[in-house]
Amino acid sequence: MTSTFTTYMGLVTALATAIAVVTLPTATDAADPVSPALLDTYLKATFKKLPEGWTWDARVAQDETQRICSETRNKPSKDDAAKILAREAATVQYPADGKFIGSWKDGEKISQNGRGGQFSDEPGTVSGGNCYACHQMAPKELSYGTIGPSLLNYGRSKGYAEAEVKAAYAKIYNAQSAVACSNMPRFGFHKVLTEQQMKDVVAYLFDPESPVNK
Amino acid sequence: MRKYIVFIVSILAVAVLAPAINSASAQTAAVDSEKEIERYREMINDPLANPGYLNVDRGEILWKTARGANKISLETCDLGEGPGKLEAAFAKLPRHFKDADRVMDLEQRLLWCMEKLQALDTADVKSRKFGSPGKYSDMEDLVAFIANKSNGLKFAVAVAHPKEKEMLAVGEAMFYARHSIMDFSCATCHAVDGTRIRLQALPNLSEPGKTVQQTMGSWPAYRVSQSQSRTMQHRLFDCYRQMRSPPPDYASDGLTALTLYMNTLAEGGVINVPSIKR
Ligand code: HEC
Ligand code: HEC
Repeated sequence: MTSTFTTYMGLVTALATAIAVVTLPTATDAADPVSPALLDTYLKATFKKLPEGWTWDARVAQDETQRICSETRNKPSKDDAAKILAREAATVQYPADGKFIGSWKDGEKISQNGRGGQFSDEPGTVSGGNCYACHQMAPKELSYGTIGPSLLNYGRSKGYAEAEVKAAYAKIYNAQSAVACSNMPRFGFHKVLTEQQMKDVVAYLFDPESPVNK
Repeated sequence: MRKYIVFIVSILAVAVLAPAINSASAQTAAVDSEKEIERYREMINDPLANPGYLNVDRGEILWKTARGANKISLETCDLGEGPGKLEAAFAKLPRHFKDADRVMDLEQRLLWCMEKLQALDTADVKSRKFGSPGKYSDMEDLVAFIANKSNGLKFAVAVAHPKEKEMLAVGEAMFYARHSIMDFSCATCHAVDGTRIRLQALPNLSEPGKTVQQTMGSWPAYRVSQSQSRTMQHRLFDCYRQMRSPPPDYASDGLTALTLYMNTLAEGGVINVPSIKR
């Protein structure tokens, strides 16, 4: 269904874009899918002023993956899921020095830090990973969210295996290289976290000395 | 009466700041916050204890005050139930208005009436869209006053006009639209029962039922952590902040679309406002 749907949506986009020149597109019936052009009309009317240095492409427009995940409500067809996994996996850049493990102490701070990237932040604010917003991690930290699974004992439970370390780095770099339409942000892909920050977070998960594994 | 409320406000503020999250037990924190919510619930219907009623009082005065180049009050403003009719108006918004040929929420309609009826330059009103200590927001006051007139009534938005149908469809699409550098949509945080972000419980606002009814029926709210009465405009502004989106324009169509979508899901939910929230 979804591939025909996609073709259909492509046609609708082309048509709607053509029509938009003359008149504003309107949905004739609430059950009809909202055309990208109509949605865009509303978004343009809603986000009129971007903070300095922000771009429409990075903050409002959707990339192909976001579009499919939105339209399918995070339940992409098998076909689309395979395309997403392949496309997103191709974006992952592993550290040039081949080292995946940084400082777990810095990783803990990054996991706790939910700042950065918000219109209320001072320009230049260093972004955190905010992992605790969604994950349980170290047992002593009780203020954790439940949108993602618990990562308690993560490294230990994976036997500290090298392949698992690399997989975790890829997961953090681009969560959708592992799970299509994951609710987890693509931290490396969007440059929310730097290579060093991702190494530090991996250390928080995999260093045997990290409280996550105690 | 004022003094009494100021006293209550400071007690509330302490209650909000006090729960230490890194304390020995999250369980305790969770129980504390439930107790807190229960206490707020008891205060809501006591106009002497609920600071939001200060906004209601100020809103009533604003509604009746002659302003703008035309030097008239808002009392001839039609919020959908007829000029000056306040009862049940909020329960049926957002809705299509023939005179403007637009679907509007309460804020958009009030601004429209100020501009068209009163010939009031709304730049000043908009610059005070969100109140802060010592700076009253006319909009937050007026919304508190008008929404309060729907207390005890149920949400009943009629989605009949084609433009209302379009708004609803767009609101639903916006609810699921992922964007920006965290790939979030409203659904990331509000489409599953019983999740939380850190210790904050996240209401599931994606399907009809009690949760969405209670949520929508409790805005506008007096936010204790901010010492201000807030409307849905501010709530959505704050959620878009968390989504790393640009700040949504005040009284813009996207916010009206989302509000219509959620109010439709909240159909039948009883309104009891201004409520008190953390
Ligand atoms: C908005 C919520 C959210 C945030 C923030 C988030 N995650 Fe996730 N994460 C998820 C979800 C949901 C899953 C499960 C689905 C999936 O695998 O994509 C997940 C899965 C994972 C997994 C795979 C777990 C497994 O099954 O093996 C790892 C590892 C992980 N996250 C690490 C992190 C780290 C480290 C951070 C911070 C840099 C982080 N996450 C931030 C939501 C989040
Ligand atoms: C990153 C998570 C996140 C996202 C994304 C998000 N919100 Fe929220 N939302 C929250 C939090 C946290 C609260 C406060 C909950 C509380 O006070 O317990 C909240 C509260 C709300 C409330 C009021 C709930 C109540 O009980 O009074 C509404 C309505 C709401 N959000 C709607 C939305 C809409 C619509 C969107 C999309 C534009 C959205 N949210 C996106 C986290 C989020």
